[in-house]
Amino acid sequence: MLKNSKRLMLGLPYYFWSIAFVIIPLFMVVYYGVTNRSGSLTIENITAIAVPEHFKALLLAVRLSVISTIICFLLAYPLAMILAKYGKGKSSVLVMLFILPMWMNFLLRTMAWQTLLENNGVINSALSFIGLPKLNIINTPGAIIFGMVYNFLPFMVLPLYNSLSKIDPNVINAARDLGANSVQTFIKVTLPLSVPGIMSGITMVFVPALTTFVISDLLGGAKVLLIGNVIEQEFSQTNNWHLGSGLSLILMFFIIISMIISAIFDKDGEGSVI
Amino acid sequence: MSDELIYLKNINKSYDGEMVLDDLTLYIKPNEFLTLLGPSGCGKTTTLRIIGGFTEPDSGVVLFEGKDITNMPPNKRQLNTVFQKYALFTHMTIAENIAFGLKIKGKSKAYIDDKIKYALKLVNLDGYGNRMPDSLSGGQQQRIAIARAIVNEPKVLLLDEPLGALDLKLRQDMQYELIRLKNELGITFVYVTHDQEEALTMSDTIVVMNQGYIQQIGTPEKIYNEPENAFVADFIGDSNIVDGIMIQDELVEIFGAKFACVDKGFGNNKPVDVVIRPEDVELTDPDKGTLKGTVTHLIFKGVHYEMEVTTPNGFEWLVHSTTCYPIGIDVGINVKPFNIHIMNKPESEDEEAVHVEE
Repeated sequence: MLKNSKRLMLGLPYYFWSIAFVIIPLFMVVYYGVTNRSGSLTIENITAIAVPEHFKALLLAVRLSVISTIICFLLAYPLAMILAKYGKGKSSVLVMLFILPMWMNFLLRTMAWQTLLENNGVINSALSFIGLPKLNIINTPGAIIFGMVYNFLPFMVLPLYNSLSKIDPNVINAARDLGANSVQTFIKVTLPLSVPGIMSGITMVFVPALTTFVISDLLGGAKVLLIGNVIEQEFSQTNNWHLGSGLSLILMFFIIISMIISAIFDKDGEGSVI
Repeated sequence: MSDELIYLKNINKSYDGEMVLDDLTLYIKPNEFLTLLGPSGCGKTTTLRIIGGFTEPDSGVVLFEGKDITNMPPNKRQLNTVFQKYALFTHMTIAENIAFGLKIKGKSKAYIDDKIKYALKLVNLDGYGNRMPDSLSGGQQQRIAIARAIVNEPKVLLLDEPLGALDLKLRQDMQYELIRLKNELGITFVYVTHDQEEALTMSDTIVVMNQGYIQQIGTPEKIYNEPENAFVADFIGDSNIVDGIMIQDELVEIFGAKFACVDKGFGNNKPVDVVIRPEDVELTDPDKGTLKGTVTHLIFKGVHYEMEVTTPNGFEWLVHSTTCYPIGIDVGINVKPFNIHIMNKPESEDEEAVHVEE
């Protein structure tokens, strides 16, 4: 048994880390969020979400991230099933293929898509080369959804894969044995048993998608403003840290809710792979 | 052939080039408790999976009541399986688990409720319907797995080492429970195990398998008392397997001494394997024995003493006896003729895994 003081010593670096890089910044956000430039308390920064321009950005962010999350789920589920179905040895190469892009710089990957989707980009050049009309993809909500799906898909695949590969194959066999066809087996057994993975996957895609400003910046141009962009601009351009922090608190509220939901469904931490 | 419920005909199966089942042929009769017994990797589970429809044979035919079901998916087969480690649906209550098959078949709610009650009573778990599988012990979960299977009134119940994860006491209780269930339900049980005691206790018929071949098929008594080869003799219970020479019919020479036996037809002066069960080795005074030896080991086992008697050539005989002979004492060894089992020596690796047809 470690003595309490010894335990405290071992934990020290982590306590320091959490305090310096999590707790203090969080308090600073809260402090800025509830004060104005003269330092007196106010809720104006938070109620500023009701300003039509901000509210529109929040709604759009929610809408785009919900759509992206749904698309990610629909793409990732069959993929995760295929990955889980293969033996461990074979699938590890496949799993690697999905993890590998995540090791590349996020900005770099998104900028690459900018080049591809541009009006005079690679895709449109190819289209016009074979005589097809050019597509207007860049700087639309569609391009942002595309960017979100592309960037966050692995975060959906991995928890699902983790969850699905933990299902005892005999449980699936048992369902078949008891008379269920493959569709019934999927709906009544596979899907419910993968709920922890689904919830984790949804959280891990929805949260970064909701808060992103880089994807909307690069693929949406200045035309599509998400709540993330609004906050970013408050900090970097308008230099109004108070308003930026206030709006951040609103976002944080959404994030905490989805974290709680995910924690309720994923008690064993099945979905947390990364 | 008409009264065979299941008929496996010339089944071959290999995984990654490795032969698991080699030309296996097997009949299963109605209302029989048939056990597939063998060491791990002998092909017993693969055989069960082929009957259940979870594995397709590379070649060969599976007949069920005379109909070819080789390529029929498991959900269309009139049999149910109790899986190793239970395989319960952990997201459903016990009652929902049991109701699963019946709901799929579209039975009425009243019928399903009745069946759940009946099944829970049958496995002695009355009132557990609203619990979740995780809250039950291993033995209870296994009984639920059995209940979940039998409510569908299958003609055959397949059981894949269902007691493997349970401790000894529970396993013995469950063995009696299974025999009782089998008698009450009057259906065919096909049981897979590597535990020879379990097989001897419960089965009507035992199929001993090794390396993808059937070694012997017979009643527990027959398998135990008249093993057909050294593998069966060794696998089923303790035994002394010694080299012998068949001098002539009904006379065998073991370590230079001549023993009368009841086997014939092996030829004259032919090397054979001789199997003698430890409880069939009789110890007596040195001058009254056919062979002489010295007691080198002695353990009290409760019902009997377990001794090792070393003969001058160095062979250690395993002996079970209710009479105690202390270590170091010289004894004589006798064996009654009908307790001596003569078997042909395997001439090659292949023959060691002889394929015996009934």
